[in-house]
Amino acid sequence: MSFIPGQPVTAVVERIEIQKLRQDGNLILGFSIGGGIDQDPGQNPFSEDKTDKGIYVTRTSPGGPAEAAGLKVGDKIMQVNGWDMTMVTHDQARKKLTKKNEDVVRLLVTRKSLEDAVKKSMNPCYPRP
Amino acid sequence: MDTESTYSGYSHYSGRSRGSHRHGERSRDRHKSRSKDSRSEKSVTINTPPAEPLLGDSAVRGEQVQDDNWGETTTAVTGTSEHSLSQEDIVRITKDLEDSVGLDCRRYLTRTLAVILGLLVFLTPLAFLVLPHLLWQEKLQSCGTACEGLFISVAFKLLILLLAVWALFFRPARAGLPRVFVFRVLLAVLVLLFVASYWLFYSVRILDSQDENYQGIVQYAVSLVDALLFIHYLAIVLLELRQLQPCFSVCVTRSTDGETRQYNLGQLSIQRAALAIIEHYYCDFPIHNPALLSASKSRAAKHLAGLKVYNVDGPGNNAAAGLAHSQSRAMIAAAARRRDTSHNELYYEEAEHERRVRKRKARLVVAVEEAFTHIKRMQEEEQKKAPGDVMDPREAAQAIFPSMARALQKYLRTTKQQHCHSMESIQQHLAFCITNNMTPKAFLESYLTPGPTLQYSRNHWLARQWTLISEASVTSGLKDGTVFLLKCVDFSLVVTSKKIPYIQMSEEYIDPKSHKFVLRLQSETSV
Repeated sequence: MSFIPGQPVTAVVERIEIQKLRQDGNLILGFSIGGGIDQDPGQNPFSEDKTDKGIYVTRTSPGGPAEAAGLKVGDKIMQVNGWDMTMVTHDQARKKLTKKNEDVVRLLVTRKSLEDAVKKSMNPCYPRP
Repeated sequence: MDTESTYSGYSHYSGRSRGSHRHGERSRDRHKSRSKDSRSEKSVTINTPPAEPLLGDSAVRGEQVQDDNWGETTTAVTGTSEHSLSQEDIVRITKDLEDSVGLDCRRYLTRTLAVILGLLVFLTPLAFLVLPHLLWQEKLQSCGTACEGLFISVAFKLLILLLAVWALFFRPARAGLPRVFVFRVLLAVLVLLFVASYWLFYSVRILDSQDENYQGIVQYAVSLVDALLFIHYLAIVLLELRQLQPCFSVCVTRSTDGETRQYNLGQLSIQRAALAIIEHYYCDFPIHNPALLSASKSRAAKHLAGLKVYNVDGPGNNAAAGLAHSQSRAMIAAAARRRDTSHNELYYEEAEHERRVRKRKARLVVAVEEAFTHIKRMQEEEQKKAPGDVMDPREAAQAIFPSMARALQKYLRTTKQQHCHSMESIQQHLAFCITNNMTPKAFLESYLTPGPTLQYSRNHWLARQWTLISEASVTSGLKDGTVFLLKCVDFSLVVTSKKIPYIQMSEEYIDPKSHKFVLRLQSETSV
């Protein structure tokens, strides 16, 4: 998940679609985000590279739409409905997620286990069962 | 000893207007219908003070309240009652007599010695120059131009030396100290030795051998004067410059009411430090008011009077020391256990006093402001036009004084300051304020807050005789932890000194371009 400045970023992503839930007049997704280019990346407990200023999922509320859709704590959100999330401020990310006229958000998230899974499957040493 | 002499100068200057004020007040209290009469402040009468001479601030023991009735209640008016002296006056007079005799001898002695030494030093180079001419005129080489140039230099250097020595040593002394000033004595000895050695050399090598080289002699005299100037420079450094850099911080506390100040002093001997502190005392400390201490004394007396210890076991049972020890222990234990309500009394008493003072102050401020409106400064043009009822400041002060006199006197009595201000001084101050276009608030400032001792009249400076009490020798220097006492008649000043610590400073360079910032926010938003 680290990037080289100036080079395109490649990552293995999972597509997650979350339906917003209407609760008390608000549309909620059921998770919390942290990070952003205006935040301190050293305090991020989930990132491998401590200079990574991307948006991470810090908490999912149990039984909420995010958990039901398969979002996990520690996921890095790469895109929200087509909007890039790797170079945004915290507030911009929040705004993209909480648009009132959208009922569903389609996220592209990445996590370490995805990379490992892909690497394992591509590795010819391990015989496939 | 209760020297709480409630005095104010008005008691004998009880002018008609004041009497009428009091009378008006009394009548108002008794007959409430006669309220109009009490407002007699507007009609002002000017009183000339009576011709009988009073002894400065002579104090009269007695209550002020009986002012108007004194004619009826006193049975005999003796000549001494108006010229009575308070305890303070007696002490002051004896002190004045004492100190004038002893120290003068010593001062004159030191002055004479200093003058003799100065003359010796001044005349020595001249003697060096003149003696060859007197003794072996024929053999002497004539003085060339270079030599005569040296004469001018000797003359001017001697003139500078004369002025410098006068400036440093011969100015009027500010104070009389108990011991001699060590550095001055050392310098005098040094100068004496120096001049003596020069004379020795001169008499052996020049007088005896009758040297013909006059230029050499003149140069010798010039070198003497140069060396004397250098010694004078050393004297300046030792006597004046050395104590300028602050080295010690002294804490001065007045023993009676705890007023504390801190000063920075340089390296001084204890007696000179004491002198500096006393000079600061006169300028900084508010005036010592013994009347304010009576409350705490009475409380202390009540504590002591509360318990009595009886020896039940009979005499001769225990050793005297053990008995006293156990007695005092018993008293302390009993006092601790006793349920004391004196703190309650103190609290309410202080609150009541505070309220009373504020009420009197409000009345005073209003009275003074009103009094000041009665006077207007006359302009130049008007002066020529109406020379009728024109008054100079003193008369104007006397004119408006009666209307504020009562309020001021009551306020001073409530704050126990009445012995500090005599009626004469108040009128003088009022005339001063009027002359300088001061507002009523400016006039009142000196009565509302107690000022430094110098502000009051000379006889309130009470002691100009101070005693220095110290365990270390008074000519030794100040050290860290030196404690000494400056005692005067009514109180003493406790002085402790602390050394200013040695400071080790290091430097750190910061590149101006290195100031960079980044946000350290850790917001977590739920979506």
